[in-house]
Amino acid sequence: MSNSPIVSLKGVNAGYADEVVINDVNLDVFPSDFIGVIGPNGGGKTTLIKVILGLIKPISGEINWNKADGILHIGYLPQTNFNDKYFPISVKEVVFSGLMSKKNFIVGYKKKDEEKIHKVLELMGIPHLAHKNIGELSGGQMQRVLLCRAIISEPGLLILDEPNTFVDNSFERDLYDLLKELNKEMAILMVSHDVGTITSYVKTIACVNQYLHYHKSNVITQSQLDSYNCPIQLITHGKIPHTVLGDHNHNHSHD
Amino acid sequence: MIRELSSLFEYQFFTNALAAAVIANISCGIIGSYIVAKRMVFISGGITHASFGGIGIAYFLGLNPVLGAAVFSVLSALGIEWVSGKSNVREDSAIGILWSLGMAIGIIFTFLTPGYAPNLMSYLFGSILTVSKTDLWLIGALAVVLIIIFTRFYHLILFIAYDEEYARSHKAPVNTVKYILISLIAIAIVLNIRLVGIILVISFLTIPQSTANIFTKRFSRIIFLSIFFGIVGSTGGLLISYFYNIPSGATIIFVFVVIFGIAKLFKASQVKLSLKRQMKRL
Ligand SMILES: Nc1ncnc2c1ncn2[C@@H]1O[C@H](COP(=O)(O)OP(=O)(O)OP(=O)(O)O)[C@@H](O)[C@H]1O
Ligand SMILES: [Mg+2]
Repeated sequence: MSNSPIVSLKGVNAGYADEVVINDVNLDVFPSDFIGVIGPNGGGKTTLIKVILGLIKPISGEINWNKADGILHIGYLPQTNFNDKYFPISVKEVVFSGLMSKKNFIVGYKKKDEEKIHKVLELMGIPHLAHKNIGELSGGQMQRVLLCRAIISEPGLLILDEPNTFVDNSFERDLYDLLKELNKEMAILMVSHDVGTITSYVKTIACVNQYLHYHKSNVITQSQLDSYNCPIQLITHGKIPHTVLGDHNHNHSHD
Repeated sequence: MIRELSSLFEYQFFTNALAAAVIANISCGIIGSYIVAKRMVFISGGITHASFGGIGIAYFLGLNPVLGAAVFSVLSALGIEWVSGKSNVREDSAIGILWSLGMAIGIIFTFLTPGYAPNLMSYLFGSILTVSKTDLWLIGALAVVLIIIFTRFYHLILFIAYDEEYARSHKAPVNTVKYILISLIAIAIVLNIRLVGIILVISFLTIPQSTANIFTKRFSRIIFLSIFFGIVGSTGGLLISYFYNIPSGATIIFVFVVIFGIAKLFKASQVKLSLKRQMKRL
């Protein structure tokens, strides 16, 4: 794989109206990266994602998107879905909207698209929902539909903002295994509060709390986190082997 | 009765009215489905009433009222769309202000106009029985434009309407599409004001669509079904208004609501039936 970054942020400041939320962020995302983004509520993780998606323009600093062969496609799973639950749109149509691109805004379904839609629905275990209206889905089913939408275009970068909020834990494990598989083809950037679990899947960790500290390993210690000014507790539910949490500090989390 | 009915179709005014109703329902079926799906009924009400300001000013200046209404409603529509993009403005309050401002301007200027607009009433309540050839051409042109846009860009419109942020993240031309659609809403409203009037025009854009929505949740089917219900309701309304000699616009809307009520009852009885069947199987 090529060694130039697909997204690169240099000294980015960004926020809303008169409030700067993230400061002086430097980050290069490479084609084979799997970055776990952690940080406290309101730390600016979602804001960072919106900058990378081009939804928020940086107040200052620079962001570049590159791809050797054409435009970079980014698949995106939003953290919260404020869309009208009773909007007249079917599961199939929502998934199809993931194929919308600058080159391809006006066409209807092609046979190739039908196959792609079917394939991702199968992958997420919901082919039976294809013709349902979105108003008829449960929260977790909706989350899976939105995951389908995010990956259907086989994007160069997949961004997931807390993908595990609604899904049950058996699917959660399947999901992480699937992401590992997808990571062979695309870069992934995933926000999660379940620090313990993600460290066993991601390759690197970005701590976002107004500033971004990039930790180029998936092994991190509590003292490192503290030095990044990232008030997160490492030990979660003992679901994962403690070794991934670093050598010394994993059993100090209660103090 | 049959003879009376067939002789009715020999009257130019009646066939014109019927043609107007059919064509109007095609464009209202399309753009109204968008309005209902996006919950823009209140916005559409605001645009409708704002256009009255344009009618008043046009009377005062001796211009064509439809032209005045068109300019006013398109401008206010674009204004509303622009305001709704700003996060620090409460959209519904802004619409409320525009709504009453348009009416106020309309009333003041028609009052100031010497000879005091005798057919002002026809803009408030419409006059489908007096539509002209020009009116027919105009609503026909709008229907053609809408059919082309909604067949060619169906998915783009649907995706932007459903999830604007996601569409933006895919670099879709979100603002362009939204501004074009709200302008088309404004134009559809103005042209239909001639037929059913300011006070009743919103019903053409919402009642057949809500009736369709009872039977299907698919956007494309809502469009087709609402055109169907719109045409049936308007034809029925026109006939009844003729035979009982009551105002046509109001009668059409009354028939719309009756069809809506019947549809609701029909659906409810169907649901009950299928529930009963399921219970039996258990
Ligand atoms: N649309 C908005 N307008 C104004 N301020 C906002 C907006 N969205 C977020 N903020 C502010 O920006 C800051 C960062 O928010 P952001 O959503 O990026 O946090 P986060 O790290 O994703 O938090 P969480 O873990 O709760 O999802 C917060 O202080 C929040 O109040
Ligand atoms: Mg967030």
